[in-house]
Amino acid sequence: MKKPVFPADSPLVRRLQSAFSFVCTFCFLFALWLVLSGKFEPLLLGLGFLASFLVAYFFHDLLFPGFHRSYFASSIRFFAYIPWLIVEIFKANFHLLRLVFHPRMHDLIDPHIVSIRTGLSKDMSIVTMANSITLTPGTITVTANREGLFTVHAIDRKSSRALPGEMLGKVAAVFGDEVERIE
Amino acid sequence: MELLINSFVVICLVSGLVFFAGGSVGIIRMPDFYSRLHPAGKLDTLGIMAVVLGLALFELKQWSLASVLLSLKMMLIVFFVFLSSPTATHSIVDAGIRAGLAPWTKTKRS
Repeated sequence: MKKPVFPADSPLVRRLQSAFSFVCTFCFLFALWLVLSGKFEPLLLGLGFLASFLVAYFFHDLLFPGFHRSYFASSIRFFAYIPWLIVEIFKANFHLLRLVFHPRMHDLIDPHIVSIRTGLSKDMSIVTMANSITLTPGTITVTANREGLFTVHAIDRKSSRALPGEMLGKVAAVFGDEVERIE
Repeated sequence: MELLINSFVVICLVSGLVFFAGGSVGIIRMPDFYSRLHPAGKLDTLGIMAVVLGLALFELKQWSLASVLLSLKMMLIVFFVFLSSPTATHSIVDAGIRAGLAPWTKTKRS
């Protein structure tokens, strides 16, 4: 975790942080209520307001834990990462599709398990990396641990060769994590 | 314009169906537990993305508050599938490894 803008232990900063996370959680929940309900009668709006208010009051530190300087930057970079991931998923899906419909599929596939050391240390970057590996066809994350060690089941050699590659650098850049490459 | 949107919707739906069909055929054709999960977990994710995107676009043709809300709900479905599908796939693989099921490998290699 990066250091917050002000020392986190002063009471004013703590109160500001909790107010900020309360407002964010409340807006998020109420917007979700509006989308899911789709009715704009005063009674339903009031119920939604009450429900979002209560939930945000009790649980506001779960969703938006604090006001860090790096927080906004990494969420913006995360949303920039998603389109790239979708393009990768598309490309790799066509590879898997070709494999599935290929008449000599058993010659082409070569399932094996590889382990890669990434050096990622933050929880969010490990989760994102594991889910990205699983979403990219041809590879499934078997285990991932806190030291950034991933075990990956790959369907063929081509999928596992492309493995840490570009994705690791992107994930590490999104969350400001450092990367070590030990092959 | 109408024709353009309609043809895009049809392309989305058909490609989604092709992905779903690939997923189903892959589940049958793959040799073992772990490799079956590859088409099951991922071709389906892309299939549902394409199909729901097509349906949401079709809904957005009549531009009104109700249709926008409906499309947003559809996008929420895609979002949650996008999150939960890799997690479920991973936990199934993890369960297999924990139970001691050895992955299938090519016989010439072993």
